[in-house]
Parts: sequence; structure tokens; C-alpha cells
Amino acid sequence: MLNRRRFLSTTAAGFAALHFGPAFAQDAPQIQIFVPAAPGGGWDQTARTIDQVLRSEKLISGSQITNVGGAGGTVGLPQFVNQWKGKGNALMVAGMVMVGAIIANKAANNLTEVTPIARLTGEFEALVVPAASPFKTANDFVAALKADPTKVPVAGGSAGGSDHILFGLIAKTAGVPAANLSYVPFAGGGEALSALLGNQVAAGISGYGEFSEQVKAGALRLLAISSDKRQEGIDAPTLKEAGIDVELFNWRGVFAPPGVSDEDKAAMIKMVETMAKSEAWATECKNRNWTPILLTGDDYAKFVAEDTTRIGAILKDLGLA
Amino acid sequence: MDTLGYLAHGFAVAFTPTNLLWCLLGTTLGTAIGVLPGLGPALTIALLLPITYQVAPEASFILFAGIYYGAMYGGSTTSILLNTPGESATIVTALEGNRMARSGRGGAALATSAIGSFVAGTIGTLGVAFLAPIVVKLALAFGPAEYFSLMVLAFITVSAVLGSSSVRGLTSLFVGFVIGMIGVDLQTGQPRFTFGMGELLDGVDVIIVAVGLFAVGETLYVASRRYAGKDEIVPLRGSLYMTASEWARSWKPWLRGAAIGFPIGALPAGGAEIPTFLSYAIEKKLSKHKEEFGTVGAIEGVAGPEAANNASAAGVLVPMLTLGLPTSATAAIMLSAFQSYGINPGPLLLTTQANLVWGLIASLFIANVILVILNLPLIGLWVRLLKIPAPQLYAGILVFATVGTYGISQSPIDLIILYLLGAAGFLMRRFDFPTAPVIIGMILGPLAETQFRRAMTIANGDWTVFYRHPLSLTLLTLAFIGLVGPHIWAWIERRRTRGPEHVPGDA
Repeated sequence: MLNRRRFLSTTAAGFAALHFGPAFAQDAPQIQIFVPAAPGGGWDQTARTIDQVLRSEKLISGSQITNVGGAGGTVGLPQFVNQWKGKGNALMVAGMVMVGAIIANKAANNLTEVTPIARLTGEFEALVVPAASPFKTANDFVAALKADPTKVPVAGGSAGGSDHILFGLIAKTAGVPAANLSYVPFAGGGEALSALLGNQVAAGISGYGEFSEQVKAGALRLLAISSDKRQEGIDAPTLKEAGIDVELFNWRGVFAPPGVSDEDKAAMIKMVETMAKSEAWATECKNRNWTPILLTGDDYAKFVAEDTTRIGAILKDLGLA
Repeated sequence: MDTLGYLAHGFAVAFTPTNLLWCLLGTTLGTAIGVLPGLGPALTIALLLPITYQVAPEASFILFAGIYYGAMYGGSTTSILLNTPGESATIVTALEGNRMARSGRGGAALATSAIGSFVAGTIGTLGVAFLAPIVVKLALAFGPAEYFSLMVLAFITVSAVLGSSSVRGLTSLFVGFVIGMIGVDLQTGQPRFTFGMGELLDGVDVIIVAVGLFAVGETLYVASRRYAGKDEIVPLRGSLYMTASEWARSWKPWLRGAAIGFPIGALPAGGAEIPTFLSYAIEKKLSKHKEEFGTVGAIEGVAGPEAANNASAAGVLVPMLTLGLPTSATAAIMLSAFQSYGINPGPLLLTTQANLVWGLIASLFIANVILVILNLPLIGLWVRLLKIPAPQLYAGILVFATVGTYGISQSPIDLIILYLLGAAGFLMRRFDFPTAPVIIGMILGPLAETQFRRAMTIANGDWTVFYRHPLSLTLLTLAFIGLVGPHIWAWIERRRTRGPEHVPGDA
């Protein structure tokens, strides 16, 4: 049963990999990438970009991508932990969304069970308002929030996701109780955007990439971004510069399964590091509005642990954990 | 350059031999994946995304557009022949289409759906080319309050498909509500009706429910009646294609379907399913052959919804191309394809990437023509499926439904759900509960709930928001007229025919 299931799912994934052609007998290894999400989303795109760059840099001779989607990655994680155990050539793509989903869904498995390899990219979030909004700066927004949070409906992604978390963090810093916030979750980026463009909500929070084109066209005003420092080509302060002591990256990274040997782990870290420092990777990141925030091995493990604590606390405030 | 100039330029881009080949490949592939339940256009395009590294942007978007339109054509084929909808937008097609197939008019049902798709797809694509800037303004005026009122209107309208007994119909509808609620609640992040199973957190796919209730339920029902010697599939009767009277009955539903489908498809949260429900309900109301609905199958009930789903597929492209708003899964993946070319889809797309956008629009016209040429001759082949003896045919349907469901997410849990629903579908059929309202409840219920709660959150708990917004008030008024109008009309009719002195209780 187990083998048949694996066989069928990898056959489906192999459909996408058909154009790889025959693998050359080289030293470069074959790898397997596990994506705990359906094809098309952020993790899947990360996996396919990793695959593409690894092959163009001749770091691997071929690869196979397996998608097991559902519930913010908490459906796929147990499979990766149990059935992929000890596979030295396997990587799972995951990120901040999974940290939140594990806490909110009270999942049986968590990220301490897998082997951290590298944090690769982050998408910083943006706080925007419709062009006609009275809010000119992030401080105007926070002032209105302090006056009466129920009068400031904010659109973003699903409850407990990165957008909701950032809103919670901003409110917490401003001393506004998270329970009073008026957060309006939308399932897709398009719906949240149209609510903003149609002046249905006071403000919106999402990944900068979701809003960038509307900001350039003047349909939305960018108040602040959640990155650690100012970004080239973006005319807006960070939240910290605006006096709101919050920093947030919706990060994505890769993990190896539990129980891999130290040599395999070191080799994997080296391979991913080489890839992340290549020019091809830099170009892909630029095209996709991903900020490269490379962090590997033990530092990465420490970061994941800290982020889990921080997200757990804010989800509790928001009533989700 | 004006619109016509741009369009001519677009045709010049699309009419190169290579791009025509990409279009042919896309439409063929799209038809094939539309036929298979489980493999939808969104998943197919996602799996084909890596080709964006190899070919020119024009070529890959022409391929994707072909897949997108092709899937809408292909989805109806299995709905009609096997009662197994390949896409959620073709669930309604199965209602009348399969009845027609079983009374020997499968060819006509397939023909009206192919030609209706062509007509509506062309009207919708013209809409994208000429009306996009206006339609998108209307679409943005739709907030949660307006959507909720639209859902109310939809509920009132679709009560037409509840069947002869409204108690049974409502029961089915509420079963649909419950199935629709399974999963993580978007507004609060809390799981509902998941019984601690991680696989249920994302809810149950509507395709699984439709295939389970329609195809598996039907198969079990036929199997249970096998020795009663009834329910034989009637071989093809009359002409393979449509007769003159079927043409006469089809063309108005095509146009009405297109008129409903395009604007609703353009709404950011409109979707392709709601216009098919509305079109079906309207055609049933307006038809002169009401007795054929649900018995031998009425061609209007196929022509309207099929036109509506293709027009809505074109409508979805309006916010995508004018504002860069992805309003369906397929549109979202097409937008991420734009990104892999370093093109940022947004409000400036039409001006900065005119070549690409108009090439895409032109290839939609071409895809439509190719699709109708591709599909009409296939009808002769498809209807032969119906000559397969019942035991083999239904066994085939069961295999097909199972493989397709497994294909959605490779999850054995989905198969268990499929067969549980199949058993439920069998019992519903046996005890005469209609199954279509389950699907309607499952799609409309959660949408109405979400929009209602969003509207209330934004308005800070103020109910008046539903009638303070003029657009919302208009929709609610229409819904009210739809609800009481027929009763008032019937009452007036009664008074007129019987005369005032015979009306009881009119003292």
C-alpha cells in the first residue's frame, strides 16, 4: 500500500519532470524534493526554482518533486517525518506558514523533528491603504487603530497566516488589544486586492509582491514594509523606521528528513549554499520579489526555534492557539 | 492604437505557424484534462510551468489559454455521457445532459454544449477585448455586502432545482451546507467538522462530492436494479447532431448564458459555478418544455449552463488582464507564469505588455474555433460509449471516477469519502431525495457565510450595510421579487380566471 501510494504520487510529479531528459552518469547526485503543498503555490514555486537552479549550476543530475498538499503543510509533514526518514538526498520546502499552521492546527509533528538545512528566501510584508485613504503614514494608521480598532478593518490572507500575525504584532506594539482588531481574511490575493481597490476596507497587509504593481500604478499607497532595512527601489520606510518596533519575513527554507547522517547533512548544506550564492538564484529571486536571507545549519535551527516561540505567543493573543 | 488595431496586431502575433501549433496542443491537452475528473486546468498549468524556462512568453500563454478554454469544453463531455463532471463548472450540465444521453439524445446534448461554448466563448472574448475597462469598474464596486446579496438572489433563483418536494430539496441543500463547512474556518482559523483528521482541514473537494453522488451513487442504483430489467441505455435516437427544433431551442439559452456568465465571471469572487446555477434556473423557468426537465432531459438545461461556464471563463480574464488580479486558481497560476518571465502583472500590464496581452486575446478566439472543430467530429466517437452494455459501462464509470478522485490529491482519504458519498447518493436516489441541491448548498453556503461575516466585520456589526449600499439593495430587491413575485402573479391569475367572487377568504 505504502509503496504503491509513493509510486503513484511520484509518477504524477514525474509528469512535470519529463523534460529533464536522460540523466547523465556524473558525480552530481539525484535529489528528491518534497513539497507539502499543492502545485502552484509559494512553496511549490520555491521547490521548482531550486530544482531549476541546481540543474543549471550542474549541482544535481536530476530530481523528482513530490507534492502532498493540505492544511498549511501539516498534512505533508507527518509523511516526510515518517516515510522519508533517513533519506540523505531528500529536501522538504517549508516556511513560516507551516510554523503557524502547526501551532494553530495543534499538529502531531513539528519542525524540531526534521533536519534544518537552510533558510533561503523571505518575502517582507507591506502595509498599504487605498489611494483615497486619509492615512498618509504608518503613524496615521496606528493612531486610528489606537483611537478605535473596530473602525479600521484590515484585509489580508487567512486567519493565523503571516498577514494576520503581522497585524497582531503591530497592534501589540501599539498597545491595542489583539482581541479588538477588525481583521478581514480573504482566501486569495486577488480578492483582498479587489477589496482594497474598491475601498471596502481601510488598509491591507500582505506580501509586498502582491501589492507592488498596484503601488507603482498609484492605486494603493505603501505606508511601510516589514523588512529589517530599507529596500532598493521601494519608496517607503520600514516599520521600525516609522517607530513601530516590528520586523517580519515570511521566510521559506529547506529541511532534510529526520535521521540523516552528518556527512549527508553537511553535503546538503554545502550544495544548497552554493546554489544560493549563484547568479542564477539571484536573478530568480529578483524576478519573484524574494529577498535572499540565507542562514544555514545550526543558526537556522536556532532561528526556527525563536520564530516558533514568537509566533506561538502572538497566535495566542489573537485567540488562535 | 485603438482596440481594433491592437486586436489585429494580436492576431498577427497568434497567427504564426508555431503559435498556432501551441494553440492546437493546448486545446487538445485542455480537452483531455477536462474529460478527466481530478486533473483540472489549474493543476495542469502548474505542472507545465517549467516550460516557461524554455519557450517565448507568447507561446506559453497561448498554450495555457488553450488548456484553460479546452478544459471547459472537455468537462461537459463526461458530465453528459457518464454523469461524472470533470470540472465544478460542468456539474449542472450533468443534470439535463445525462438525462438526454440516456434517452438517446446524447449527440444533441454534446453538440449544443460544444456550439454553445463556442458562441459564449466568442462573446466572452469579445467582452474581454472591448468591455474590460468598464466591467472591471463594476466588479470593484462589489464588496462583501453586495456578494452576500448576490448569494441571496442565487439561493432564491436556484430553489427551482430543488425538485418536486421542497422538504426533500431543502434537506439536500442543508446536507450540502454541512459538507461545505468542513475544514478550517477562514475567518477564525478554527477547524469545523474535521473530527481531528488533518486531511479534512482543507475541506472536501466539490468534484469528489459531485462524482460520488452522481456517478458512484448512480452506478450503485443501477446495479441494485439490474435484475428488474429497467434503466437500459437507449441507443442513439434520431440525428447525431441537433435537429432544427433543437437549434431553435438552443440559441436563446446560449445568449442568455453568455450574458449571465461573463459579468459574474469578471467579479473577483464570482466564480464559474454560480452562473451555471443561475442559467439553469432561468432556462427552467422560461422553457416551454418544463416536463422534459429531470425526465428525458431538456436541451435548454444544457445549452444555457454550458454557455454560462465558458463566458465566465472569459470573464475571469478581465480582472487578471486589466488589474493583475487573479480571481481563480487558474488565473493565479497564469500570473505566476508571468512572473517567471520577469513580467509583473498589474494595472499596467495592458500598456507595458500589449503584444503579449493582445496575442493572448487573439489566441483565445483561435482556441475557440479550434475547439469547436475538434469537438464536433468527436461527438460521433463519444456517443459510441453509450453503446457499451450497462454492466461494462458502469464498471468503467466506477474505475474512471476512482482514478480521477485519486488524481486530485493522491489521498486515500478522498477515496473513502468518495465511496461514502456514493453510498449516500444511492440512498438519496432510492428514497427520492434530489442530489443537485447538495452541490449547490456546498458551493453557495460557505460563500454566503464568508461574505456575510466579512460584511459584518467591516461594518462593525451594523446590519444596515446590506440595504445602505445601493447595489446590494438592488440585488436584495430582485431576490424579494423573485421570492414573492410568482405567488402574487399566480394570485392575480387565479382572481382573473375564477372571478373575484370565488376567491376564498377574500371577505
